[in-house]
Amino acid sequence: MNFDYSQEQQQLMREARRFLDDCCPPAHVRTVLEDCARSYDEVLWKSVADLGWLGTSIPERYGGLGLGYVELCALAEELGRVLAPIPFSSTLYFFAEALMLAGSERQCAEVLPRIARGELIGCLATSEGPGLPQGVSCSVESGRLVGTKIPVTDGDVAQIAVVLANEAGAPGLFVVELGCPAVARSVLESIDGTRGLARLSFEGAQVARLGAAGEGLRLLDRLLCRAAVPLAFEQLGGADRCLELACEHARQRYAFGRPVGSYQAIKHRLADMYVKNQLARSNAYYAAWALAAGVAELPLAAATAKLAADEAFAFAAKENIHIHGGMGFTWEADAHLYFRRARHLSLVAGSPATWSERLVEALLSGCAATGVH
Amino acid sequence: MCRHGRPLKLPAAMDFQDSPDEAAYRAQVRLWLEAHVMEGSSKQTDEDARLQAARAWQAVKAAAGYARVSWPVEWGGGGGTPIQQIIFNQEEARYEVPSGFFGIGLGMCIPTILKFGDPGTRQRFVAPALRGEQIWCQLFSEPTAGSDLAGLRTRAVPRGNEWVINGQKVWTTGAHYSDFGLLLARSDVDAPKHAGLTMFWIDMKAPGVTIRPIHQMSGGSDFNEVYLTDVVVSDEQRLGAVGAGWQVALVTLMNERVEGAKDRGPTTEEILALTRAVPRGCACVLDDSGFRQRFARWYVQAAGLAFTRFRTLTALSRGQTPGPEASIGKLVAANRLQELASELIECQEQFGLISDPSLAALQGRVHRDYLYAPGLRIAGGTDEILKNIIAERVLGLPADIRADKGQAFKDPGR
Repeated sequence: MNFDYSQEQQQLMREARRFLDDCCPPAHVRTVLEDCARSYDEVLWKSVADLGWLGTSIPERYGGLGLGYVELCALAEELGRVLAPIPFSSTLYFFAEALMLAGSERQCAEVLPRIARGELIGCLATSEGPGLPQGVSCSVESGRLVGTKIPVTDGDVAQIAVVLANEAGAPGLFVVELGCPAVARSVLESIDGTRGLARLSFEGAQVARLGAAGEGLRLLDRLLCRAAVPLAFEQLGGADRCLELACEHARQRYAFGRPVGSYQAIKHRLADMYVKNQLARSNAYYAAWALAAGVAELPLAAATAKLAADEAFAFAAKENIHIHGGMGFTWEADAHLYFRRARHLSLVAGSPATWSERLVEALLSGCAATGVH
Repeated sequence: MCRHGRPLKLPAAMDFQDSPDEAAYRAQVRLWLEAHVMEGSSKQTDEDARLQAARAWQAVKAAAGYARVSWPVEWGGGGGTPIQQIIFNQEEARYEVPSGFFGIGLGMCIPTILKFGDPGTRQRFVAPALRGEQIWCQLFSEPTAGSDLAGLRTRAVPRGNEWVINGQKVWTTGAHYSDFGLLLARSDVDAPKHAGLTMFWIDMKAPGVTIRPIHQMSGGSDFNEVYLTDVVVSDEQRLGAVGAGWQVALVTLMNERVEGAKDRGPTTEEILALTRAVPRGCACVLDDSGFRQRFARWYVQAAGLAFTRFRTLTALSRGQTPGPEASIGKLVAANRLQELASELIECQEQFGLISDPSLAALQGRVHRDYLYAPGLRIAGGTDEILKNIIAERVLGLPADIRADKGQAFKDPGR
């Protein structure tokens, strides 16, 4: 038993942090937010590809490094910490993972090496409107996709997508190239302007099915469980950074002759942040192990980690603004960048209410975690 | 993976499953427990009977080196690793074994004796405590010194090679069945409050020690008042230097926080079964999405605490000492229990009023938890003190305003 990163993983994180501190400071993230024409940082994306990070979870036979999921999670934590404005999660946790989960040998061999080399940005398109409707409107007939997906994270910059659509009345997952004339894209304004968001309209785009017919919802369910784990690590990284920033400010800012961090109203809120972050970290580690080891507890572990991380980052991001006082509410301060990203990460794979349902369903289906009362 | 050149292939490290050695140890523990557990004895309601059963089980464990798996063999422990200790705890928890009397002694007092006692004192107390022959209590809190523990007033006055103790302690768990106690007393009223304290061990049967049970709001009497009237202790009973009692107490209290982060309240399975059986409209409470969200949150907290304990053990196995971060355990567990017990009563509507064990949910345990949880948020460091510890010692925030800082204890205004 071992419940921490290995020394090698810690070394990987230290190197990643050094690199990201240099190449992705908040001012850099802000340029993506403030330039409406850009929805990701192309230079950072290229550097991340050069470092091999895009091949972290992709097996060596498909041109990846085959390092594993704990390493992917370690990098996710660092990327989340700096709010990296790149389509890393869409491409790796959602798109590449969908291929590895359900793709044929040929599909994987064609696409995964290009992802590992940084030649391809992928995304996942499931949402069609507000809420969680029972059915799916997009449909596939004779290998052609018709319908609209809204919103699609990174749908404006991706070259390829996995789309949930009905075929012969049953939902399936389909791979579609987005560069063809049968796909119309429009950029959407997002609550997190450091990440791309788009509407994708398909008017007979050619698709290839991923996995068996009619298996779409079951595959999507498994895919979200897998994606939730590195997403939780991104949230954890962001939450820990908010706590650091809030503590730094509370130590330096004076009011009534003392640092504001010496007042219990402030220090207890910071302690609450710390507690939520620690619970999130412990649950995230368990989920990283469950994902890497491929154990049957994954649905429960993923839901637990996702919910803990949702709560930690949402709380840390909002309280970080508050502890910074009036300055925290300005556009110039960075606090809102975390607040925006926290909201993005708590919806992109389903809301906390949805993950609560998944958690209870996992328990009811007999899932149990080691050592939990 | 590195910035330059071909990245390295890294081994996956996190592992929540047993290594082959750990699996072998677990198998050995299981076999031993199957052969030795005396089931049923924990169901006794009478305290004396439970105490007897607990002593007997403790002695059986001590003889086999399982009383404290991770303590060195020379102290009567098992000479094992912290991980082996949790493996033993996990396996023992599968049985209904008697427990609850030795935690303060073995978890807090004896580690303090081990760190500050002389060889003779260690020799005298460690093994009997491990075998369950001697029970310990902790004489710290006073009527006017709870969260502000260093403001305590019990006096220790030197007389030749002895000390004479006078004062009153309160909230002393198990004083009525304890043989010895760890006593923090004021030896110097001219020093600032933290600097005037000295730690002793005392014999709870010594002349001048009077114990009165406290009748708690929960109906039980786990705690006591302890009156100390001209109690004479030898200077050999002193632990640590004169005036260094606060530093000794911090060691005891840190162990309390590691020890105190136990699972509390109904298990996940019990909550699921209970709420499935309570109707709400044409379905049940468990089908209610509002309930599910709250339940998910409690599960996340329970799992987070369990895995945080595992992380603490990893730190211990690597030779690091658990720091103040262990404080989160009791803080989260107590508040979680309070919310959970409240919800499980509330979801039953008027029937929730019934606390009669023959009718109430889980034989009345939920109602007992409900009435006990307020005390848990206070005992062993209030929510507020624990948050101060996290904020000051983990996050490095400035200390609270202390109006009496640097003042001699006897100064006016106290």
